[in-house]
Amino acid sequence: MAVIEAKDLTKRFGEFTAVDGISFEVAPGESFGLLGPNGAGKSTTMRMIGGTGLRTSGSLSVLGMDPERQGPEVRASLGVVPQSDNLDTELLVRDNLIVYGRYFGLPMREVKAKTETLLEFAQLVEKANAKVDDLSGGMKRRLTIARALINDPSIILLDEPTTGLDPQARHILWDRLFRLKEQGVTLVVTTHFMDEAEQLCDRLVVMDQGRIVAEGSPAALIRQYSTREVTELRFGASRNEALLAELASLAVRAEALPDRVLLYSDDGEALLEEVNRRGLHPLTSLVRRSSLEDVFLRLTGRSLIE
Amino acid sequence: MRAALSGLSSGRSWAVVERALRAIGRMNWLVILTGFFEPVLYLLAMGLGMGGMIGSIPGPDGRPMSYAAYIAPALMASSAMNGALIDSTFNVFFKIRFSKLYETMLSTSLGPADVAIGEIVMALLRGALYALGFLGVMGTMGLVTSWWALAMIPVALLIAFGFAALGMATTSFMRTFQQLDLVFLVMLPMFLLSSTLFPITVFPPVVQWLIMALPLWHGIELMRQLSVGILTPMTFVHVGYFVVLGVVGAIAVTLRLRKLFLR
Ligand SMILES: Nc1ncnc2c1ncn2[C@@H]1O[C@H](COP(=O)(O)OP(=O)(O)OP(=O)(O)O)[C@@H](O)[C@H]1O
Ligand SMILES: [Mg+2]
Repeated sequence: MAVIEAKDLTKRFGEFTAVDGISFEVAPGESFGLLGPNGAGKSTTMRMIGGTGLRTSGSLSVLGMDPERQGPEVRASLGVVPQSDNLDTELLVRDNLIVYGRYFGLPMREVKAKTETLLEFAQLVEKANAKVDDLSGGMKRRLTIARALINDPSIILLDEPTTGLDPQARHILWDRLFRLKEQGVTLVVTTHFMDEAEQLCDRLVVMDQGRIVAEGSPAALIRQYSTREVTELRFGASRNEALLAELASLAVRAEALPDRVLLYSDDGEALLEEVNRRGLHPLTSLVRRSSLEDVFLRLTGRSLIE
Repeated sequence: MRAALSGLSSGRSWAVVERALRAIGRMNWLVILTGFFEPVLYLLAMGLGMGGMIGSIPGPDGRPMSYAAYIAPALMASSAMNGALIDSTFNVFFKIRFSKLYETMLSTSLGPADVAIGEIVMALLRGALYALGFLGVMGTMGLVTSWWALAMIPVALLIAFGFAALGMATTSFMRTFQQLDLVFLVMLPMFLLSSTLFPITVFPPVVQWLIMALPLWHGIELMRQLSVGILTPMTFVHVGYFVVLGVVGAIAVTLRLRKLFLR
């Protein structure tokens, strides 16, 4: 049975529809991603799952309960990492964890023991007695994430968890999330980092303007919406546009970004050779495998030249 | 009805109180002390200063009492009110509008009723602390003459409860600090007129009725009765007033928190 089940989930703010009739299911132990550009409705969806945002229509069940009606019960098994940190600035770092655990009704002894483990996890042992305001942005983020684990949640909602983290901290977090997943914890993640989505998510949906525009595993989405390889060429800002028509004829699909042209094909090296043979000579060139980045570009409505 | 009430509480207001106790070290002690000393200064200036000129004045049972003994219970009630209101207005306003504290609490298994009750209890404790300190001052000045004064302590709690709930409910509707100032615009005349420093019988009946509708008057009359150990049917009206004020206020705060943070 699915741990999260959304059907025609809709959220309106006045006239504006932020989430527009989306349906999805998340299986236990699955790692599920929500991808989409700014304003796609990812955070709004997360808030509805946590029961802190009320839906306008549609149905939603989390662990078999309605988060709107049984908010406290649902959230007892939820770990929430909101998009922007909401730490308690009136409390010291350690007290942030202790107090948060107490909100879940955990016994003090248990909370204290867990707090020390989580301080280590967040690499904040030395900062345990610091004020929250004195932490760096990345440290605050790590504390917020650690805090979400205090109640041993069975579902963790991570809204752009690694924004503001340095690469090392990101990898440590991914590693930790992997281990939680192995223990059967369900993850729901939103992110702007495509590598993160590829690393973390078994399955994801791409959202745009409140709707789901694609769904599948990262590999399947890449197969479906992109070619095997991408050739990135830079000709300098003025020539990129001018050469686009000619370049497009060589590839399955071409796309001009402000600073470079992306050519989609199944053999990127061969394509690059052809470009050079025609004497177009880019300033720099790079052949890489397609990624979710390309799926994202294709799906979220930037101008595509077929 | 069940649907409307579900999801409001997990019965853990205590965790909210506990959080506030941990945060106490970071509070502004100067503000705390100012709120406490205000009624004490009134007692010294009016009670001792003016009292010497006025002499005695008829008490709740008609028997004459010193002016200082007349205003002391009233100032103790005001003291409970001050403590409760400082917490439930300024501090709560900051938490609702600027810090994300309630949002954080409500993303755990706490419900809005837990947050409401926890915060009201905290404001209430502050009011009670002020009142207790004030009782100490009264004792030192020889104004405590009956064992009935002990009953003034639970009554201070009750008064603080009513004002804490009222203050927090009102604050939840405020959008700017300017609007918050309105609360203090109401508080000052209420303090001056609610039979604090002189009986309301000096006013025309219409004004008297108006004052009798305000909470502080009930608190003051109740305190004054207890200070000399007089119980009348009105005692129960005063108590009932605050019980209703507190309970209705707490429910209002719960619903407001839900409206503000779960939407
Ligand atoms: N409380 C609100 N009142 C009005 N509109 C809102 C509210 N919250 C969100 N919206 C709107 O709903 C839309 C979706 O917002 P949401 O925060 O869910 O986007 P998102 O996908 O998380 O974007 P981002 O990647 O920037 O975080 C936006 O257009 C936003 O302006
Ligand atoms: Mg968002």
